[in-house]
Amino acid sequence: MTRFILRRLGFLTLTVLLTSLLVFLVTQWLPGDVCRIILGREAGQGAIETCRLELGLDQPLPIQYLNWLGDFLTGDWGISFSTNLPIYPIVMDRMGNSLMLALVALLISVPLGVALGIIAGLNENKPIDSTINVGSLSVVGLPEFVTGLVLIQVFSFGLRDLGLPYFPANSSIPPDANFLEALPMLILPALTAMLVLLAYIARLTRSGVIEELKQPYVRTADLKGLPRRTVIVKHVLRNALLPTITIIAISTGWLISGLVVIENVFNYPGLGRLMIFAIDRRDLPLLQAVTMVTVLGFALANLGADLLYGLLNPRIRLE
Amino acid sequence: MVTKSADRCVLDIKGLTVAYQQEGEWLEAVREVSLSIHSGETYGLVGESGSGKTTLILAVMNYLGDRGSIRSGEIQLGDIDLLSLNDTQLRQVWGSKIALVPQNPQSALNPSLQVGDQLIEILRYQLNLSKKEAENQAIEWLERVHLADPIRVAESYPHQISGGMQQRAMIAMALCTAPDLLILDEPTTNLDVTTQAVILDLIRELIQDQDTGVLYVTHNLGVIAQICDRVAVMYDSDLVEDAATHDLFSQPLHPYTQGLIDSIPHLGDTKDSIQLRAISGQIPPIGEAPSGCVFRTRCPIAIEICNSRPPLYLAGDARYSRCHLWEEIDRHEISTHQPTLVGTPVPIPTQEEQPLTLEVNDLSIHFSIRRSVAEVIRRQPARAVRAVNQVDLDISPGSTVGLVGESGSGKTTIARGIMGLEAKSNGSIELLQIPLPDKLSQRDLETLRLLQIVFQNPQEALNPYLPIGETLRRPLIRLLGLSKTEADARVGELLAAVRLPPSYAGRLPGQLSGGEIQRVALARAIASNPELLVLDEPISSLDVSVQAAILNLVGELQSDHQNSLLFISHDLAIVGYLADQIAVIYLGSLMEVTGPGDLFHPPHHPYTEALLSSIPQVDPASREPPIYLEGDIPTPAELPSGCPFHTRCPRFLGEICTTTTPPWQVDQSTGKRIFCHIPPNDLAAVQKRIITRGSSDA
Amino acid sequence: MIAPYEENEILASQARQPPSAEHWFGTDNLGRDVFSRVILGSREILVLAGLGTLLAVICGTLFGLLTGYRGGWFDEVAMRTFDSLLALPALLLALLLLGTVGQSKYSVLIVLVIVYTPIVARVVRSVVLAVKPQGFVEAARLGGETQTRILLREIMPSVLPTLSVESALRFSYAIFLVASLGFLGVGVQPPSPNWGLMVKEARTFASLLPWALFFPAAAISIVVIGVNLMADGVKRVIGPEQAD
Repeated sequence: MTRFILRRLGFLTLTVLLTSLLVFLVTQWLPGDVCRIILGREAGQGAIETCRLELGLDQPLPIQYLNWLGDFLTGDWGISFSTNLPIYPIVMDRMGNSLMLALVALLISVPLGVALGIIAGLNENKPIDSTINVGSLSVVGLPEFVTGLVLIQVFSFGLRDLGLPYFPANSSIPPDANFLEALPMLILPALTAMLVLLAYIARLTRSGVIEELKQPYVRTADLKGLPRRTVIVKHVLRNALLPTITIIAISTGWLISGLVVIENVFNYPGLGRLMIFAIDRRDLPLLQAVTMVTVLGFALANLGADLLYGLLNPRIRLE
Repeated sequence: MVTKSADRCVLDIKGLTVAYQQEGEWLEAVREVSLSIHSGETYGLVGESGSGKTTLILAVMNYLGDRGSIRSGEIQLGDIDLLSLNDTQLRQVWGSKIALVPQNPQSALNPSLQVGDQLIEILRYQLNLSKKEAENQAIEWLERVHLADPIRVAESYPHQISGGMQQRAMIAMALCTAPDLLILDEPTTNLDVTTQAVILDLIRELIQDQDTGVLYVTHNLGVIAQICDRVAVMYDSDLVEDAATHDLFSQPLHPYTQGLIDSIPHLGDTKDSIQLRAISGQIPPIGEAPSGCVFRTRCPIAIEICNSRPPLYLAGDARYSRCHLWEEIDRHEISTHQPTLVGTPVPIPTQEEQPLTLEVNDLSIHFSIRRSVAEVIRRQPARAVRAVNQVDLDISPGSTVGLVGESGSGKTTIARGIMGLEAKSNGSIELLQIPLPDKLSQRDLETLRLLQIVFQNPQEALNPYLPIGETLRRPLIRLLGLSKTEADARVGELLAAVRLPPSYAGRLPGQLSGGEIQRVALARAIASNPELLVLDEPISSLDVSVQAAILNLVGELQSDHQNSLLFISHDLAIVGYLADQIAVIYLGSLMEVTGPGDLFHPPHHPYTEALLSSIPQVDPASREPPIYLEGDIPTPAELPSGCPFHTRCPRFLGEICTTTTPPWQVDQSTGKRIFCHIPPNDLAAVQKRIITRGSSDA
Repeated sequence: MIAPYEENEILASQARQPPSAEHWFGTDNLGRDVFSRVILGSREILVLAGLGTLLAVICGTLFGLLTGYRGGWFDEVAMRTFDSLLALPALLLALLLLGTVGQSKYSVLIVLVIVYTPIVARVVRSVVLAVKPQGFVEAARLGGETQTRILLREIMPSVLPTLSVESALRFSYAIFLVASLGFLGVGVQPPSPNWGLMVKEARTFASLLPWALFFPAAAISIVVIGVNLMADGVKRVIGPEQAD
């Protein structure tokens, strides 16, 4: 097991390092002269030279990368081009909001998705399975902004027009709001994220259950004369649910992409909105920071899932 | 034979027909089968794949699921009408009155539950034991199936113990509720022959003093002969013969049974003494059985009456045959028996001046294991899986060398090393006295032409998307330099050489049976007219009734082309039948090299001795207890010091075996070479001669 | 052809009209015919997603075949690179690239190829690894066949079923991605009739001109779900054979 953990950690570090190199190359090297971007076309050669010296752009590329990486690791994420504010506090603040939204969505959709997947899997090809299957296939297919807009139409404008209490369509949470104040604004974006995740998790859980039901050990358990319930709960689900841990890790990737869109639909002040803001303003340091934070978050979620999977799976735990 | 009290009928099947629905049509997988098993009786059910035996046992447990439906018939389990039970009632029968030991214990055990828990579960549920009592009984049962360290096994997960140990645990699970009926579904088929012998003995011991009726399902006639009181033979959904074991083997009354017995080489048969009688054709796919007698299209004695479906004739005292001609067979008026005796063995002319086809010297093939970071830091030396160690092997022109060993013995690795598919770590391989380069990419086309192979698995042997003709044409064009038109002409000849019609050139592999695919693979291998043909378990994935035809074909092709063969198998009887020289391999090292005639004469290497005694002979009269090998085969990553066999050797001498590599000793009388510290004469003095068909006749 | 108006044709006098016989889907804030824009927009989204998928499938297959068959350092380098690309969720990688290299139809196309090539390569590679040790491939090697021939004639046919399922799946994700990028206003620029972009633009007037929002959104939903169901169908048809 120690070996397994070390291997996963090593693998993760390597991947994150390579990705950071990628982010560095794409944002620092690909766009051309950063100083030109900052100072504009008309800037004189002298000003450009000073700027390059200041930013360390006169150094060889590998040194630039190491400096950049060192700065990032020590929390020195630089100053935003567009707002002239330090990046670190902005990103941290937004990250908190995104995490809150992600957690709410995960907490609801994971158990619900797994449950739906199990129900569908145990009733393969029966009406209830087909319903869940077609339903989830449709929801998975819908882009988040469509789902989000539909929810706004129904639960915000629709309820309002009927004179009922309604959810806000705009979720721009003020920076100093606490969780309870933020909650009503959280509901519609979370619901959108949840729907997509729910369908995704349900589909993958279903196929896991169906796969597991075919295994010969299920017959062994049946032929011991155990009640079907025991066979399902003790034997089938024990094995079928292990892979859902991996599924949840994969779906966090899905969730991250989805959140970018959802935050923009609802004006939710998270990392996704910040990223689009950075792109609109061509604010490269900000874009860098947002991307790196997301990469780290995704990688950690994967690591966590891997470790949990290893811990629960005797075939890995006892190696 | 001990006669057991056969008073109570535990299973009575009458006129059972089971069918599957496929595209709106009902296809019968079991047709009008009747049989009954009494308490204390061991009843064998023998049949090839597709014979319906698996469907029958699922039906007996009423566990067909969506896979099939019982169309007619009754199944009486003691006084219970099994077919009238609902799911809840069935679950009261399963596990307590019927138990199953399946073929593959690895997949039949839940991978994420400890073995002990899986045993405790059934004890608690079926016998209403307390947790403590169930735990104690579980350990007791693991002891009763002779697991050396029951507590450790109980705490293990299935992947942590060997296949043999898993199967013992499954047997404990099946027997712990003292069921009325125990069904064993090919319980030893996935095990090595030495492990099989031990498990068979265990089963025999455990059921000896129980009232349990046993249904033993297998395709292996040897196992049936060794363990069963009665046998039913199934062919293409029909039960064709049903008789006491002794009667069945001494005088089968159905041509199919006779064909099965004649189509496998018995221990001691050689190609010089007996020609195998292959059953022609192949098992028709489900739903395409001929009308009338299902066997008539393959039957050597079929006549017009066989177009009508034969009933299950009562053919003597408590025996049945579904053959119209059983009386004629019984009275020896028609014979399907009599293995053809070939004339006196012709020794291969040993022409001294001819160079050896293949000369393998001191061959070792090791696979290095990647060191972990911790090991690199601690500067531990890199470890290796030592799959093949210092093997010497010569193959002279036109001769057949048989390489026999259990799984993991390294026999396939040797073949792959010769072919250039694995790099050797040490030693030399010379083809016609020219050293072979290690890597395939370094070998020229002429070398490739001289060296061809047939692999074990027919499923992967041919490109599923290329027509047979295209597959056969390629080596002709590439290795012989023929033009496309010339090659096309030769494809027909190749197909004819392996007894396939020319129309097969246009077929895809998916349309062929396993036996036919191995024929095509054989045709592809001989297309370039190689000097050395390597056959790596070419028949072990095939049904018994088509194996003989392939073996005979191999023999014929060799006498036509005069090439050399390296025949690799786990089956000593088959290797003994086909080979001029036999090399026995264990854990990557050769143990013994002998001629086929001397294989059964002491002295033997202690491993060969155990191997020979483990083979279930196709003769109920010779039920000799096997020599047990203790424990499991060690992993080639941690090879034992000294003699690799010392950890399990029943004739272990002492310290010398653990410290010193044994010498190759030559037995003066027979010329066989034995890799052992014990002098051949001492071995000969204590070892028994193996009784075989050839020797008992003489 | 089917579209009655040009995609950016502004009918100033007929702005903000609800659906009618004249304008089936109504007109938008500027007086553009929504029906025409949805129809013409389908061309853009399908061509962009289709071409991106096609190129990614070709590149991915090439990488997958070579890395899987040859192994060694080339495989290591390619796989580590792909891993680091896949450490970013697809949309994020697309945004990162578009945010730095500039935004146009062509950069969206390039981004699709970069985002999906690693995924296709991984899938193809796994099939190659499964097929390579099989008897028929080894027999071809022992029959002196060239590497190109082994890859194309022996291995490629076994890759095709999986590849077609994967292509259908990638296509549906590509449509999804192009629409989402359009909605985020990244990549394709106005006045392009990208459905995502149309939804974004129409949001401002959602309560006033609901039709301008509804029809492009419905179009996206129908196409994406349709392609999704198709991919699922392809999988069902091809899947069982693979399992055998």
